Amino acid sequence: MKKDNNNRGARYGMVIDLDKCTGCGACVAACASENNVPVMHDESDKTRSINWLQIYKITNGKEFPDIEIAYIPRPCMQCDNPPCVPVCPATATKRDPNTGIISQIYTRCIGCRYCMAACPYHARSFNWFDPPFPKGTERSLTTEVSPRMRGVVEKCTFCHHRLMSAKQRAYAEGRRELREDEYIPACAEACPVNAITFGDLNNPKHKISQLIKSKNAFRLLEKLGTEPKVYYLSSKEWVRRMADNYLQGEFESRN
Amino acid sequence: MDADLKKSDKYGWVFLIAGLIGALIVGWIIFPALLYSKKEQPIHFSHAKHGPDSDAGMSCEDCHFFYEDGSFSGIPKIAKCIECHEDAELPLSDSEEEEKLFTDYIVPNKEIPWLVYSRQPECVYFPHMAHVKMADIECNVCHGEMAKQDSMPVYKVNRLTGYSIDIWGRNIAGLKKNTWDRMKMNDCAECHTEHNKENNNACFVCHK
Repeated sequence: MKKDNNNRGARYGMVIDLDKCTGCGACVAACASENNVPVMHDESDKTRSINWLQIYKITNGKEFPDIEIAYIPRPCMQCDNPPCVPVCPATATKRDPNTGIISQIYTRCIGCRYCMAACPYHARSFNWFDPPFPKGTERSLTTEVSPRMRGVVEKCTFCHHRLMSAKQRAYAEGRRELREDEYIPACAEACPVNAITFGDLNNPKHKISQLIKSKNAFRLLEKLGTEPKVYYLSSKEWVRRMADNYLQGEFESRN
Repeated sequence: MDADLKKSDKYGWVFLIAGLIGALIVGWIIFPALLYSKKEQPIHFSHAKHGPDSDAGMSCEDCHFFYEDGSFSGIPKIAKCIECHEDAELPLSDSEEEEKLFTDYIVPNKEIPWLVYSRQPECVYFPHMAHVKMADIECNVCHGEMAKQDSMPVYKVNRLTGYSIDIWGRNIAGLKKNTWDRMKMNDCAECHTEHNKENNNACFVCHK
């Protein structure tokens, strides 16, 4: 599996610098409007709302003045070893060998939600209702992204349609290769502090493949072996530990 | 008693054949006829009278062109028609259809509500650029000999799905003689595989 993952095509990934992230939520808003994520009738019902990108707030649990907080924006991790893919009985979700992105085909999804149960990151949402697009708002929909219907699961696609548009433009100019800045998702573009870096992990010339070598780089729940392609950077040790579901004394007691 | 049984044995096959033929007629003729509703195009456009072998001598790309960003224009807007059909007083032919074009669309500056034979479902992404420019595929490989067509075929739409019959194929059994007879997912995949582009059969290459 791993060999197969690393040798074919691109492996698009993301690095989010948590030291820069202020938790402003611009990425969440940009993501929702780019990907036709609807505003539900009752958005206070968090078990029924749809989020492709969500921001989690964590604290080190200390009292003032020692308290520290960090925000973790969480898109789909686009795992190289995705737990959601093998559980899908309809083959509606697959790892694309050309890009490493986990595809989700809404017309193929039967809505069983096995993938939601399998995903340790809660990156997937279920459409409990047909999306409400009140009259007039449908004019602002992104034409390259198909809207979802009631009864299917959806998730972040790293704005895959932007990759397709970028490729199309490159072809028009007679190129087959994309430049690094030609394809970035809406969240990375919207971030006011440039906390999100996007690129091809397989391409050593891309900035991202240098960033992940940092000693501050980590991934969420790394020990599960899902091999996420979304990396985080934090200079704070407590943040890095929390991201791996670290329990105090866990590693010490094993030895 | 025995004689009665024999009699029904003897003629049982008649009912079987009659029922079978009836069911086949319903399944192959009546149901497909009911399933598809027929619509006429708003104007009888003749590709043959505009195309490369005509007096107009236009190429496909003159009307069905690419934008600078690589996206495909599809069916031309009325502005494209006006480029040649400029003046209602000076029509280019004596056809009634051209008169209709002027009175109904060009003079009131209204778009023609064309019915698109090859309109794919919303979940499908098809880049013309990748196929026409990068793979050098001729228009007719998917669309058939449109350039030679003198009249537009009847547009048939599936009442249940809302898709054009040209996606399924005009042959109701789904049989295919030419590359342009069907436009289903398997036809895309077949061509990708034939040209050693199996990687392009990944879901997210054509779905969005």
